[in-house]
Amino acid sequence: MIPLSWYLLVAAALFCIGLYGVFARRNAVAILMAIELMLNAVNINLVAFWRYVTPEESTGMAWAVFVLTVAAAEAAVGLALVISVYRNRDSVVADDLDLMKN
Amino acid sequence: MFEQILFVLLTIITLGSAIVVVTHRNLFHAALALMVSFAGVAGFYITLDAGFLAAAQLLVYIGAISILIIFAIMMTRRLMQATEQPFNSQRGLSIVGALASLVIMALVIAQYWPIAPNSEVPMASKTILEDAILQGSVAELGRSFVNVDAFVVPFELASVLLLAALVGAILVAWPKTEDQT
Amino acid sequence: MTEQTLTTLTWLIPAGPLLAFFLIVLFTNRSRTLSWVLAWAGVFMALVLAWTVAINTIATDVHHLEEHPTVVHDAIEWLPVGDYFEGTWVEIGIAVDPLTSIMLIMVTFTITMIFIYSVGYHNWGAPLGKILGVPNHLQEEPLLSRFFAFMSLFAGGMLLLVIAGDLLLLFIGWEIMGFCSYSLIGFWYARDYHLKPDDIPHIPPRKAGIKAFLTTRIADVVMLLGIVFFYSVFGTLNFADALSAESLAHAAMTVGAVALGVMSLLLFAGTVGKSAQWPLHVWLPDAMEGPTPVSAVIHAAAMVSAGVYLIIRIFPLIAVGMGPQGSPMVGVIIAGIGAFTALMAATIAVAQNDVKGVLAYSTISQLGFMVAAIGTGAYVAAAFHLITHGFFKALLFLASGSVIHGMEHGAHEVHDHHTDPQDMRFMGGLRKKMPATFWTFLIGGLALSGFPFITAGFWSKDEIFADAWHQWSREGDILALTVFVMLAVAAFLTAFYTMRQISLTFLGKPRSPLAEHAHESNGFMTIPLVLLSVFAIAVGWSGIPETFPILGPLVNNNFFHHFAGSTIYETLFELSELNLVDSAIITLPFDVAPLGTSLLVALGGLFIGWWIYGRKPLKEGQIDPLVRPLGPLYTFLNNKWYWDELYQFLFIRPTVYLSERVVYEIIDKGIIDGTLHLIGRSVYRLGYYVKRFEERVISGGVDWLKDQFLAIAKEFRYLQTGRVQEYALISTLIATALIAVILLINYGWLARLF
Repeated sequence: MIPLSWYLLVAAALFCIGLYGVFARRNAVAILMAIELMLNAVNINLVAFWRYVTPEESTGMAWAVFVLTVAAAEAAVGLALVISVYRNRDSVVADDLDLMKN
Repeated sequence: MFEQILFVLLTIITLGSAIVVVTHRNLFHAALALMVSFAGVAGFYITLDAGFLAAAQLLVYIGAISILIIFAIMMTRRLMQATEQPFNSQRGLSIVGALASLVIMALVIAQYWPIAPNSEVPMASKTILEDAILQGSVAELGRSFVNVDAFVVPFELASVLLLAALVGAILVAWPKTEDQT
Repeated sequence: MTEQTLTTLTWLIPAGPLLAFFLIVLFTNRSRTLSWVLAWAGVFMALVLAWTVAINTIATDVHHLEEHPTVVHDAIEWLPVGDYFEGTWVEIGIAVDPLTSIMLIMVTFTITMIFIYSVGYHNWGAPLGKILGVPNHLQEEPLLSRFFAFMSLFAGGMLLLVIAGDLLLLFIGWEIMGFCSYSLIGFWYARDYHLKPDDIPHIPPRKAGIKAFLTTRIADVVMLLGIVFFYSVFGTLNFADALSAESLAHAAMTVGAVALGVMSLLLFAGTVGKSAQWPLHVWLPDAMEGPTPVSAVIHAAAMVSAGVYLIIRIFPLIAVGMGPQGSPMVGVIIAGIGAFTALMAATIAVAQNDVKGVLAYSTISQLGFMVAAIGTGAYVAAAFHLITHGFFKALLFLASGSVIHGMEHGAHEVHDHHTDPQDMRFMGGLRKKMPATFWTFLIGGLALSGFPFITAGFWSKDEIFADAWHQWSREGDILALTVFVMLAVAAFLTAFYTMRQISLTFLGKPRSPLAEHAHESNGFMTIPLVLLSVFAIAVGWSGIPETFPILGPLVNNNFFHHFAGSTIYETLFELSELNLVDSAIITLPFDVAPLGTSLLVALGGLFIGWWIYGRKPLKEGQIDPLVRPLGPLYTFLNNKWYWDELYQFLFIRPTVYLSERVVYEIIDKGIIDGTLHLIGRSVYRLGYYVKRFEERVISGGVDWLKDQFLAIAKEFRYLQTGRVQEYALISTLIATALIAVILLINYGWLARLF
């Protein structure tokens, strides 16, 4: 018997790990990977709530599917951007992308 | 009992590989760990009776996104990249931030959904469903995607979004001059 | 001719010359020919119209005129006084009565003659001259258009004055003539004199013009007071209305006859100025600086006549003023000034060497005769002498101009431009060189002297003497006796200096090369002389008294006396009934004393003049025979009794000092400008302080504020690192902190957990 809160805690932990990755990693691709983790955490949350609260309806799962789709699209575009930035500046270190400084 | 052990195992796999993702120096290894983490998440979906979603997770995340990430790593890799610093200057504060968020979230979760198993508080357990419903949930999902009263619009929008992302990614990553790789 | 037609014609009389003035000034300024043709057209038109109106009046029955003297009267409402709709308006208009008619005849004829003469005088048609503003030395007058413009304006002004039916229009004409006299006397504005000690003194024409204008202006101010007084007493300026018997009687009752006398003295002041009586006589001799036609028109035909015309016009007022209920001082003042002026000017004329100077003082003297006549109540005599004087004095001036012209011809031929062509000491023998001029001058001179019977001057002068004698012998008026004696002496001197002038100018042998080479003037100049001399002789015959032996009954009608007298016959008659006046228009009984006196003085003066100057005419370089016998008296007379010097000392120098030092330097430059400069400097200083304040306080304050903001901003700049991760971290930290705070507040401490 697994309480709902366990799933939620796992999702929260996964989210926070991803958060840590976003804050602390230098490489832009690594940041994007951490973002994927966060999105997965969200998905777990959604599906858990779906299964525990309204399993008859398909709303929760549909939503999770859409999150998945969007995550895929976002990953594709984000990586294309990283590649483009790498081509222009020869660096994928996030710290080097500080054109908005001051 | 069995469920709980399975759950803990899955948790360890997922969270462990996640930690590897965000800490490993070698980006390639981090990407592989990401794949493992995705697999763990798929396992969670299975325990939640969302088989379709698990399959979709495997296909999309592990099969496509991870490969994509590996491509990106390859294409942005410089010669001696493996010895690169993984973390930036705000590492300590990030841990603090992440932990603080975790604590807050945990407190909120615990407030509403009790953590101890076997409690009689409602929402603490899965609702019992008939197999028929669980089996037919995929078909139900499919119908909801084309039902005008349901999610046809988001469905179509999602396809447009994918088209846009496709075109956009190609445009952004198009090499400008001949001397670019 | 209907009254309507006459009225229209009368309004049109001054229109010709005035229109000519405007047309010349605006359009024909560049063409000399067109200008003088226009001027001629103007005066000819005025001549025709004036003579038409005058002859029409003359043809009217005298008895009818006595009852209704004003043949034409018309007025327009001009100036609203008081309420625009309800109040009375000051009217301005014309009136023609017998006095006006005879004036019209004289004025228009003489002015026309002068205009004809002027074309010849200014040498139109002769070769071109070079210098502007320099008098004729056989050069074509370059400013001829200007000359005729002003002359036309002058003629228009005089005609306005003559036909004026009220003091307002009269004053307007008066002032027009004042201005024109200024511009015409100063016609040769660029002329300057370089005089040697022996020369006749001259002042530059522009100064002479100013002198004339200012002197008459003084008189005009007092006259204006008189006009205002007149209006306030009578409520109207119209002559016919205000000077009628009822009106004067009413005024005598309300303000008193003495006040009316004062009023007449105020108006008389205008005459003193305009007709150059003492003490304002000083402008007239210097007015000789103008061209000779100007002198003729101003000093014979028009301007000085205007002064006497005025007091003749207001004679009823004067009569009431010096009548039984008034003050005899009025008569004393008027007659006294007149007689004194006559005598004084005659004495000065004896010692003058300028041919025009003699005539100038002669004019002053003759005007004194007329004024004295009015002072003794001789209305008709004054009017008669005014008319005859107009003719023969104009003749004399024009003839003297011809003489001067001849002398200038001579000067041009011998190339001598330093000798004054007007100086009689350099003339002589011109009788043979300029015969027409000689004979006409002679006729004029005889008329002036009062040569018996055949000249006009005799009859008019004799009438003055007769009136004065009558006053003395029948009424016992001492004033009249004094006037009689003084005028007799003046008449003697008049004859004397006239003969002197004729002798010096025409008789004997030429005393300088100028006179030797003189020749007669052209037809433009001589024909008017001839025409005028006709009148100088004939006009007098219209005034032969019926009571005169032999000639009187032949004519049997003292036309002039009855015609001119009819103007105020009725008025004076009614006033004498009311015991307001002493005089009336009466036919004088014949008395041998005045006749004898006038014969004696005229012939005696002429004879003595001939004896001294004509019998053995002066030779070249010979000094005037009167110089040594008279000694210092001669110098006194030659310097015109030093009136100019006295006035210079008494009035001119203090005024100049006042205006230059006091008003200009002290008040204007010192006080007013000083105050303005002070204000300017203070404002400038104030501006400087405001600027400092603005720089330091206001701008400085704003700048300080700006610096503070910049300092703050510099510190905050370090927040923007441009790194997204840092932004995300910080925002997350803050968000969690806030959520923690909310949780703590809402949900209490950790006790709720688990």
